[in-house]
Amino acid sequence: MTQIEFWQGNTACAEGALAAGCRFFGGYPITPSTEIAEHMALKLPKKNGVFIQMEDEIAGIASVIGASWTGARAMTATSGPGFSLMMENIGYAAMTETPCVIVNVQRGGPSTGQPTMGAQGDMMQCRFGSHGDYSVIALCPASVQEMYELTVKAFNLSDEYRVPVFLMADEIVGHMREKIVVPDSVPYVSRKELVRGMPPFRVDIDLIPGFPQFGKGYGVHVTGLTHDERGYPCATNPKLHEALVKRLVNKIESARHTIANYEILNPDANQVFIAYGAPVRTVQQVMHDHPDKNIGFLRLRTVWPFAEFALKEFKNAKRFLVPELNLGQIAREIERYVDIPVISLPKLGGDLHTPAELLAALEVPQ
Amino acid sequence: MSFEDWYRQDRLPHIFCAGCGNGTIINCTLAAIEQMAWKKEETVFVSGIGCSSRAPGYIAADSLHTTHGRAIAFATGVKLANPDLNVVVFTGDGDLAAIGGNHFIHGCRRNIDLTVVCMNNQIYGMTGGQGSPTTPRGCISSTTPYGCAETPFDLCELAIASGANYVSRWTSYHVKELEKSVLAGLQTPGFSFIEALVQCPTAFGRRNKFKQVSDQVDYLRTHTMLKAKRDRLLDQGQHIPPDMYIVGELARRNRPALGVK
Repeated sequence: MTQIEFWQGNTACAEGALAAGCRFFGGYPITPSTEIAEHMALKLPKKNGVFIQMEDEIAGIASVIGASWTGARAMTATSGPGFSLMMENIGYAAMTETPCVIVNVQRGGPSTGQPTMGAQGDMMQCRFGSHGDYSVIALCPASVQEMYELTVKAFNLSDEYRVPVFLMADEIVGHMREKIVVPDSVPYVSRKELVRGMPPFRVDIDLIPGFPQFGKGYGVHVTGLTHDERGYPCATNPKLHEALVKRLVNKIESARHTIANYEILNPDANQVFIAYGAPVRTVQQVMHDHPDKNIGFLRLRTVWPFAEFALKEFKNAKRFLVPELNLGQIAREIERYVDIPVISLPKLGGDLHTPAELLAALEVPQ
Repeated sequence: MSFEDWYRQDRLPHIFCAGCGNGTIINCTLAAIEQMAWKKEETVFVSGIGCSSRAPGYIAADSLHTTHGRAIAFATGVKLANPDLNVVVFTGDGDLAAIGGNHFIHGCRRNIDLTVVCMNNQIYGMTGGQGSPTTPRGCISSTTPYGCAETPFDLCELAIASGANYVSRWTSYHVKELEKSVLAGLQTPGFSFIEALVQCPTAFGRRNKFKQVSDQVDYLRTHTMLKAKRDRLLDQGQHIPPDMYIVGELARRNRPALGVK
């Protein structure tokens, strides 16, 4: 039986993680994500799971990666400053293909910025923040319901693709309270196990190696150094390094049609909004208030890998309008793929765009 | 099974320099593990970055070679998520006490059930000989070309003050003592810290007037004093030379621990 609740977004995220089978949380308190840690501290011990408050965010993500190698579904939650601290170990997770879920309840930056105000300023950081080339998956919830559902999805994608998956929320959806329908069960995708006798980093056609869980007798060596298919360091072979990095990128980018999660409304429209996260709500309000205006909408739940093919669904589009709580991070990504104007509608400071602001943008002559 | 069976034969030759002390410490650790009769499939080795941290790569068990300074934080996740696993951390002075200092003291404070073996060569060997938090005052390194002006950490005092259940210090000269000490650490629930001073002929000895590997090992032999002797001399009001490393079992206690099976 489903149940209806009135929850805060951060609570929904934690409950989604628990429903997905998350049994390890390692983190450090930071506004506006702390309620996730608090809820996990309350609930995990009752589910035979482990909550640990580490000494900093670097240690938080480190403990999550360690836990993941024992087979546990593991997560951390943070915001801007903590996210910055995690970057080196996020690269380590990408390089070692360690499943883990990282929630970033975004706040205004740079630096300490606006701890209690929403923002989307870390969208590029989550894609490119650690050094070197790699790919990740990032999901953006726009409601309390999606804080739950996309957290579940994050765990499944992370285990399926053996990659860090980011739930890129923001203070607005994190602290919002609204109705949520909690399902009685959630989809579960298992990690593919390593076939006995196979080298631990040899891949199939899906480019994803089987997982050699610690404690199962695989005797696997895991290193952040460039490694061969046995997992052994091999850091001076240019061809091997190139092949490894390209595989880490391609296993995600080549699966972007499968990973993509988006909605298209009014595909024949001339003017098309593209939004993710909290600004989705303002676009929905404008469309609700003006059904006569034939406004197109590409509503992204998956932001990375970027579903550039979805842009082609709007055959009559004359321009894309992209409201974001940053100075146009994803607008510029969209510009790479289209030859019609992409109008960035940036908003900083912590408030959402008002419907009037978006309406005004529609009425600017083309 | 002998401790030699713990090595990955297909990973040889290793990267350690001729005369390096790290192999001695790895041997002593594996000999102690062999005495514990731990199985490979229930043992995990974790390390950070540096010469010492290459050790798990040569051991035929599950091993996690992580980022610089963070080995204890990663190991904490492994141990808490599966307390049935025996978790051993290899680290060095730079990895443990500089970039990883915070994780070290918090690992000790939590008293998490890990055995941490620190190969203290008093220098950054992997990057070519820069000063570390344990480089003695006056010693020459590539970043202390006029002699180190800073006071080194006493890693064992740090571990004791931070709450570790078992703390000992030996050197690469004290092979039997070190093996027994690692064994005691493996047997002790909670955080066990074993510091092993090692010679580093390439990065440290070369710059600090140790012409032969044996000169530096001999220095370690003649500049160590058993804790029992130190205590006796202090009781008698006698002077302890300031360049003397106190060796032996420095702490063994039974404070509440985390992650015990």
